[in-house]
Amino acid sequence: MAKTPIRFTLNGAETGVFADPGASLLDVLRREAGDLSPKQGCQQGGCGACTVMIDGTTHLACLTLAETAEGARIDTAAGLAGGPDLHPLQKAFIEGFAAQCGFCTPGMLMAARALLESNPNPTRDQVAEAISGNLCRCTGYEPIINAILTAAAELRGRAA
Amino acid sequence: MSITVETYPSLREAARAMRESTWYLGGGTLLMRGVNYGAQGFDRIVRTTDAAMREIHPEGGGIRLGAGVRMAQVMAHPDLAFLAPVARSVGGPAVRNMATVGGNLFARSPFGDFTTALLALDASVQMAEGPALPLESFLSGRDRQRGIVASVLVPRPSQGAFRFAKVTRTRPKGASVMCIAAHLPGGGRITNARVAFGAMGATPLRAKAAETALEGAGPDAGGIQRALDVCLQGLDPQDDAIASAWYRREVAPVHLRRLLLGEER
Ligand SMILES: Cc1cc2nc3c(=O)[nH]c(=O)nc-3n(C[C@H](O)[C@H](O)[C@H](O)COP(=O)(O)OP(=O)(O)OC[C@H]3O[C@@H](n4cnc5c(N)ncnc54)[C@H](O)[C@@H]3O)c2cc1C
Ligand code: FES
Ligand code: FES
Repeated sequence: MAKTPIRFTLNGAETGVFADPGASLLDVLRREAGDLSPKQGCQQGGCGACTVMIDGTTHLACLTLAETAEGARIDTAAGLAGGPDLHPLQKAFIEGFAAQCGFCTPGMLMAARALLESNPNPTRDQVAEAISGNLCRCTGYEPIINAILTAAAELRGRAA
Repeated sequence: MSITVETYPSLREAARAMRESTWYLGGGTLLMRGVNYGAQGFDRIVRTTDAAMREIHPEGGGIRLGAGVRMAQVMAHPDLAFLAPVARSVGGPAVRNMATVGGNLFARSPFGDFTTALLALDASVQMAEGPALPLESFLSGRDRQRGIVASVLVPRPSQGAFRFAKVTRTRPKGASVMCIAAHLPGGGRITNARVAFGAMGATPLRAKAAETALEGAGPDAGGIQRALDVCLQGLDPQDDAIASAWYRREVAPVHLRRLLLGEER
C-alpha cells in the first residue's frame, strides 16, 4: 500500500515522514519521526498519555489521523527542555514526586504547558480540569497538581 | 485491512466521493478509535480541508455552525455563551480541541451531549446536498444516511430559557449517565417547551409527553409534577459500563426535576 508523505514542524525542526494509510499521528511520531515521548496507552482517547500540541492546543495523537498534521506545528514533551536546562514544569515534577512510573508524565506535561500558556495563574480547580483527560495510576494526582502550581509560580516570577 | 484516505479541497467534491464503506472524517475522536481497533465495514476515509466547515456565523434569528466546528471553538465564541457549558461537558480539554459538532450528531449513547442540546433548541441539519432537515428527523434516519453534514442552524433561545445538565459518575469529566436539555420559553407560564434526553436511547430523544405536560405549567414543584410522571415515555435507555437502563429510568425524573426547578445538584 502506498505511503503518504507528510511534512510538519516537530519541536521546531522541519520533519518529513512517510505514513501508512490510516496511521495515527502517534504511530508516525514514534515509528517514523523517532520521538518516543508521546506514549501509547489506550489508543482510544481515554488515557491522555499521547497528548501533544498541534498548532498550540492539546490533541490526542492516537486519535489524530496523520495526514491531518500536514504543515502543522507539533510540540511534544521531548521539546520542553532547552538542552540540559529542564523546563520549570519538568523540574517541579521531579522535585514534587509528580512522576512515579512516568508513563503519564509526557501527556501531563503537555496538558500543563497548554494550560499555563493560556492561563499563567490558574486555580487548583483549573489545573484539575486541565489534566482531567490524563490518567495517572501512580501518584493520586495531588503531587501533579501541586507541581503544576509550583511551575506556574516559577514562570510568573521569571516573567516579572 | 488497508484503508485509503482521500482529501478534497471543497465540501462539494468530498460529498461526491462518498459511497458505501466510506467514512467521513470529522475530528476523528470516534472514527480513529475504530481505525486503531481494526473496525470492519469500511476501507475509505474521506476528508475535506474546506474552511467553510469550521465557520460560525449568525443567520436570521439563529447561528449557523459548520459541521467541522470544534467544541473548544463553541466555548470561545461570544455569540454562543448558551452552548458553552454544553461544549465544556464533552470529554477533556484535548477531546474538546478535536471533537466536532458534526461528529457529535453521529455519536452513540452515552455520547451525543452536544446533540441533545441542539435537539432541545430545535436545530436543523444541512447536508452537503439537499434540503435542511429538522434534527429530530435527521437522527431517526441517521444510521442509514451516507452523505456529509455541512452545518447545523441553531435558533437562539430567549434569554435564560435554555438549560442543560449532565449527570456523570466522575468529575470534572465523564461520560453521561444522562444529560438533559430544556428550552422553556414563556417566562411565567411555560409555552412550547422542549425537553431532550441524551444517553436515554440510541440517539438523543425528545421527551414529548413531558413537553406536552409542561404546556401552560408554572415553573414550580406542582406545575412540573405531571411532566416528571410521564418523562420516561418514548425513552429507551440501555445498559452500559456507566449505568444500567434500570438506574437511568429511576433517576431520570429526579434529574429532570432539579433541572426544571433550577435546584442545586
Ligand atoms: C475520551 C473521550 C471522551 C468523550 N467524551 C464525550 C462526552 O463527554 N460527550 C460526548 O458527547 N461525546 C464524547 N466523546 C465522543 C466524541 O468525542 C464526540 O461525540 C465528538 O463530538 C465526535 O466528533 P468527531 O468530530 O471526533 O467525530 P469523528 O470521530 O470524526 O466521526 C464520528 C462519526 O461521525 C461521522 N461524521 C463526522 N462528521 C460528519 C459529517 N460532517 N458528516 C457526516 N458524517 C460525519 C464519521 O464518519 C463517524 O462515523 C468522547 C470521546 C473520547 C475519545
Ligand atoms: S493513547 Fe491516546 S489517549 Fe490513550
Ligand atoms: S506516574 Fe505512573 S501513571 Fe502517572
